[in-house]
Amino acid sequence: MTATSDAPLLTLDDLRVDFHTPTGIVNAVRGLSFTLGRERLGIVGESGSGKSMTGRAILDLIPHPGVVSARRMEFRGKDLTAMDKASRRKLRGRHISMVMQDPKFSLNPVQTVGDQIAEAYRVHHKASAREAKERSLAMLEAVQIREPGRVYDLYPHEVSGGMGQRVMIAMMLIAEPEILIADEPTSALDVTVQLQVLKILDDLVTSRGMGLIFISHDLHLVRSFCDRVIVMYGGKALETLPAGALDKAQHPYTRGLLGCLPDLDHPREKLATLTRDPAWLA
Amino acid sequence: MSDHATSPVSWHSWLTTTSPESRRQAKLGQLYRQWLAFKKNPAAVVGLVIVLALLLLAAFAPLIAQYDPLAQALDQRLLAPSAKHWFGTDALGRDIFSRIVYGTRVTLVIVMLVVITVGPLGLLIGCAAGYFGGWIDTVLMRITDVFLAFPRLVLALAFVAALGPGLENAVIAIAFTAWPPYARVARAETMIIRNADYISAMRLQGASQMRIVLKHIVPMCVPSLIVRTTYDMAGIIIIAAGLGFLGLGAQPPIPEWGAMISTGREQIFDQWWVATFPGIAICVVALGFNLLGDGLRDVLDAR
Amino acid sequence: MTTQHAISVEKLNVSFGDSHVVKDLSFAVAPGESYGIVGESGSGKSTVLRVLAGLNRDWSGEVDILGKRQPKLRDKAFYRAAQMVFQDPYGSLHPKKTVDDTLAEPLAIHGVRDAEAKISRAMQDVGLPTSFRFRYPHQLSGGQRQRVAIARALVLEPTILLLDEPTSALDVSIQAEVLNLLQALRHERKLTYILVSHDLAVVGHMCERLLVMQFGRGVEEMTAATLAARAPQTAYAQQLLTASEGFRRAG
Repeated sequence: MTATSDAPLLTLDDLRVDFHTPTGIVNAVRGLSFTLGRERLGIVGESGSGKSMTGRAILDLIPHPGVVSARRMEFRGKDLTAMDKASRRKLRGRHISMVMQDPKFSLNPVQTVGDQIAEAYRVHHKASAREAKERSLAMLEAVQIREPGRVYDLYPHEVSGGMGQRVMIAMMLIAEPEILIADEPTSALDVTVQLQVLKILDDLVTSRGMGLIFISHDLHLVRSFCDRVIVMYGGKALETLPAGALDKAQHPYTRGLLGCLPDLDHPREKLATLTRDPAWLA
Repeated sequence: MSDHATSPVSWHSWLTTTSPESRRQAKLGQLYRQWLAFKKNPAAVVGLVIVLALLLLAAFAPLIAQYDPLAQALDQRLLAPSAKHWFGTDALGRDIFSRIVYGTRVTLVIVMLVVITVGPLGLLIGCAAGYFGGWIDTVLMRITDVFLAFPRLVLALAFVAALGPGLENAVIAIAFTAWPPYARVARAETMIIRNADYISAMRLQGASQMRIVLKHIVPMCVPSLIVRTTYDMAGIIIIAAGLGFLGLGAQPPIPEWGAMISTGREQIFDQWWVATFPGIAICVVALGFNLLGDGLRDVLDAR
Repeated sequence: MTTQHAISVEKLNVSFGDSHVVKDLSFAVAPGESYGIVGESGSGKSTVLRVLAGLNRDWSGEVDILGKRQPKLRDKAFYRAAQMVFQDPYGSLHPKKTVDDTLAEPLAIHGVRDAEAKISRAMQDVGLPTSFRFRYPHQLSGGQRQRVAIARALVLEPTILLLDEPTSALDVSIQAEVLNLLQALRHERKLTYILVSHDLAVVGHMCERLLVMQFGRGVEEMTAATLAARAPQTAYAQQLLTASEGFRRAG
């Protein structure tokens, strides 16, 4: 390996995602730059901020008619912009994985969850069916599923939301990727389940030394879970700051977002509302 | 509004404005946006042109056809296509082009009658079954199943055999056999829609069952039924032609395309044009309705 | 008893087939009060609201609204007294009806005169510009749709508003606007609210009292002050409160 452990896993410079629609070009992401190390990087924003498009652009999963461009997009020193579709596909799952919001739509409904995890492993590793099954069972255990043997044979509709999301995480991590992109991974879950899933994600990311991109609309959650936060608005990063320092954010948008959340400790008759300044996008 | 109407550009902006000033403007704007979407599909436009051409041919048949479709000229029997008789003449010396042009009227009558009977019938039965559920659903759907259990042409044949051959009876027979799929589609849609929050909101407003079904559920089912009807047109035309071919539909000397093929089949090897041109007409019209249905589906059913 | 409750529920039970989703639930809400119901999915909180609204008819127990015992099938007077706002602003407006149609319908059903003025007033009250009157739902943002839904609920001038997660589908900045609107309307019109939510901060902001539900039962009823002081009595309520504070890394 040429890259040392503190070299960035991912470098993005001036990432742009444009959708060419009949009514004109829609800029979903406009000039985003950041580097990702072995850390938990949060991307926070409201709907339409381009946060999900960023995750998809890294994986080359932007749907038609979207076009991705970047001055530089490198994964461990390899230039992603110069790669063909097939090489990008090979990267996907093996080196960079993604967990999405709702496991219901991400799992194949007619295949048992265990088989899907095993298949995810065999796509990227030469392994016998038995070996893949063993690894899958171990992975289910790693995401703290109590009876892996039983759950292995369940179909997606037979598992609860929280368990489904754990299965997704198991499936995404079995190939031992270097980067995991989690797009609102716990938004569909109840708060108590949400914390369990985050704990599992946190442990696995830390123990395996992965880089995590955590995309969310939930400022509180990102603040408490991530190391570093990028605040996105209208396709641009308005501010990047350590998660612990979110209270000291400078940008009026970040401050506005924090201010309009109801807070048990600071009851107010009226919540602050956000005034959007067109200059933010200039 | 009058000052808006001066140029096409301002019409466009009047129709596409995001803040219409009246109900009518909102409704027209909605239609205009659908038309803009429809226009983007070239196949659908071809379909629309075919259907419009059919309507024009039917409306102006006396101006377009050079001959009386019923006038026999036994000295002109079975002439090959020429400048005088574009599509040739049949065994009784009638001009085939003129008969095809007049045949559009017969086709349209069949299509229109079937549509105005089948659409509303299927829609009401389906929406009622889907919305009320329970025994109403069971009874209505079992009746539907009985009709669905027979192949359409066979059932239509049975009806015509019972009612006697003729154009009106053919239409009744086709209508009787065509409604069950419509009821099925409307029922399936209704069962999804009835649990939507906006229907719950209507119930919370104190709206009666009747009002909910007619004013709020039916409008949601209409688009997919329009699409289905358009697709079905092709099938209806072919069944009508089939009945005509078997001598159970339009009776001679009415210029019905199916009956024309039927009479032409005796000469099919020697005078190919007699059966071929009506066949092409059926094919083109059926294709036109199919393409139109495709385009309408993309525009109306888009969710 | 001299005080009359706006809403009182006694021993409410709801079953769907084999699953018993609400079990022996009792609570009462005073006129002008804002009462929160909090719980995770499957706690039965939304079901309670649908029973109160008359949308669910498979229940047993006693439901009194404005001093009147409610039958399973509600009368027209009930719908003028209580209305509901739904969670999903994308699903609660009829896709083929303009804002105008949506607001005119309840007035037409109840034969209210002067609909024209009432529609303009309702739109004004929820902060929708008049230029939106003939827009279709697909021409509105999520927050604007929710305003239309609130206007629809208010156009019959009810005294009780049942709110089913009214902001959980909205961005936080839009949530703040909608919550402010709901607060202002309550003060202006002396409305009684029942707010169902999974978000303790929202309930703490909007309500004077709240009920925590789990598996169909009422676990604990507390005041907003108890919530703010982080002093619930039961373990489950405490657990929910801790979980809502965000992620905590052990060690």
